[in-house]
Amino acid sequence: MSILETIRTALRALMSNKMRSVLTMLGVVIGVSAVVAMLALGEGTKADIETNIRSLGADVLTVRNGPAQRGAVRAQSVDSLKLEDAEALTAVDNVTAVAPASNGSAQIKRLAGNIGAQVIGVTPAYFQVQKLNLEQGSAITDAQVRGRLHTCVLGANVYNTLFPLGDAIGDHVKIKGLSFQVVGVLESKGSGFSSADDNVLVPITTHMSTLFGRQFVSSITVQVASEDLIDTAKTDVEAFLRMRHRLKPGDDSDFNISSTKDVLEAVGQITGVMTAFLAALAAISLVVGGIGIMNIMLVSVSERTREIGLRKAVGARPEVVLLQFLVEAVTLCLVGCGVGLAAGLACVGIMRAFPESAVGKASAPFWAMALAVSVSALVGLVFGLFPAIKAARLNPIDALRHE
Amino acid sequence: MNVIELVNLEKVYHEDMPDIAVHAVNKLNLAISHGEAVGIVGPSGCGKSTLMQLIGCLDRPTRGSYLLEDQDVARFGDNELAKVRNKRIGFVFQTFNLLARYTALENVMLPLKYSNDPDPRAKALTALERVGLSNRAHHLPTELSGGQKQRVAIARALVNTPAILLADEPTGALDSRTGSEILDLLLELNSHGSTLIIVTHDLGVARRMKRVVKLRDGRVEADGSPEAVLGAVDTH
Repeated sequence: MSILETIRTALRALMSNKMRSVLTMLGVVIGVSAVVAMLALGEGTKADIETNIRSLGADVLTVRNGPAQRGAVRAQSVDSLKLEDAEALTAVDNVTAVAPASNGSAQIKRLAGNIGAQVIGVTPAYFQVQKLNLEQGSAITDAQVRGRLHTCVLGANVYNTLFPLGDAIGDHVKIKGLSFQVVGVLESKGSGFSSADDNVLVPITTHMSTLFGRQFVSSITVQVASEDLIDTAKTDVEAFLRMRHRLKPGDDSDFNISSTKDVLEAVGQITGVMTAFLAALAAISLVVGGIGIMNIMLVSVSERTREIGLRKAVGARPEVVLLQFLVEAVTLCLVGCGVGLAAGLACVGIMRAFPESAVGKASAPFWAMALAVSVSALVGLVFGLFPAIKAARLNPIDALRHE
Repeated sequence: MNVIELVNLEKVYHEDMPDIAVHAVNKLNLAISHGEAVGIVGPSGCGKSTLMQLIGCLDRPTRGSYLLEDQDVARFGDNELAKVRNKRIGFVFQTFNLLARYTALENVMLPLKYSNDPDPRAKALTALERVGLSNRAHHLPTELSGGQKQRVAIARALVNTPAILLADEPTGALDSRTGSEILDLLLELNSHGSTLIIVTHDLGVARRMKRVVKLRDGRVEADGSPEAVLGAVDTH
């Protein structure tokens, strides 16, 4: 019997029990659609986070206080980065800008308005390195930094909250009870993590002395001439700071340097694990679907014992009987898979209908669909094999005598 | 020429457990030549069914040889036996064994499908014509009477022009008039050259055969014309 004829025979058997076939398929439909939707969600989240990180710039290094993390254990953090370190770093090869920052949070008040915000002490380079654009007014200037002036640039959310009627430039806000003159307002960056919209930027000198009384900066962002030079620059910056901090060879650094690439790799690992976890959960339902198929195929074999016996009596070779039942199982799986793919893509479509939310960037990658198809074909083969072998091994006499 | 030659044929069930071992067929010798019409009779448990299964290549003998058209099929593997059943044996069962979802024509085509015949449809239609059912080709078994179902089964048995037609109680599920018609059909096919073997406990059926083989305890007890063999039965 030709393969085509075998497939037709199998389809016919499935069609004669439509309701049962559909219900059996349902397990696979749910499994495949869950796998596709979960992988799409994982990929979308990963892409979203990566876009956010890339927007920080692939050509920057971030230097922070404390030793580099080793494994899961982090040694106690030591403050070590001074404003002078930042000034000196401009001398390192390939460094085009150095932006120290000092972080703190405070309530910002104006009249009856009140908003909690990140108050960041910055230099003019910060605007360049963080790619911040101004909606109104001007950025923090070197003169303001040198003079420790009480000036500030507001993030879009802070501005909207405190100045509902607009017109902030030249006006004043209170930070920790001190009056600061507004010199600029940042363009809105939209949602995303570490959004500048909730920040208030002040001269770093004012921040460290008057506002928070600090000796060390929180971080130093170093911009490098080009993305290709990141690794070289990282080595140079590290050697330079170790020298300035008078560290002996073999001593641990009292600071750590990360590049956007490092962060991307770390995030990629985390989202990869998350995606694999979601897909594994979904795959369990696919396996459950497979067990359902095996169950029904076993019922089908025992129901059709006489038919199998007759087919063998008129000359069906054992492998032809095996193939017939295997094709039935694989067909159930593949049709279920097709419907499941459609349902999964529909789920992705629904997720994408909310572009502002975290699921809005979900997209089903081709490999995920290929994976779902091949896994469900495999499920059909594996779970269909046992009933098919049982059918192929039936003794024609016993089968024909079966009541 | 012998179509079937059974030499010292044995079939033992549970041979590895002497307490319950059953010699269903015990050193049986039998030769059937081309074109014969043979009835195989005997009391329950005499080995009729086992012998039918051995002759039909549905089962392998424990010992002895079975020459089917001079080939020792007792040594054949599963695939070769499937081919023998497909090409050289036509089965007719008591309960017809038609596939319920298939039309009469498709049921008759089934053996041809398994032998990858290039023109199954035409051959199946010819076979249906020979059993007088060409007008019922597209009916499902549920739309046919018992006699018609058995005719379809006979057409299916004929379609590959087998060496033997092997019928197991072919009239057992039919009323006597229809049963008689089916027997007429089988004998007519026999008169055109098909070798016919009928396993039956119905002595009326056996009497219409040219030769009757009576089994007892797995051996041939009597073999000859119906009058000779069945007459001997009556005196018991």
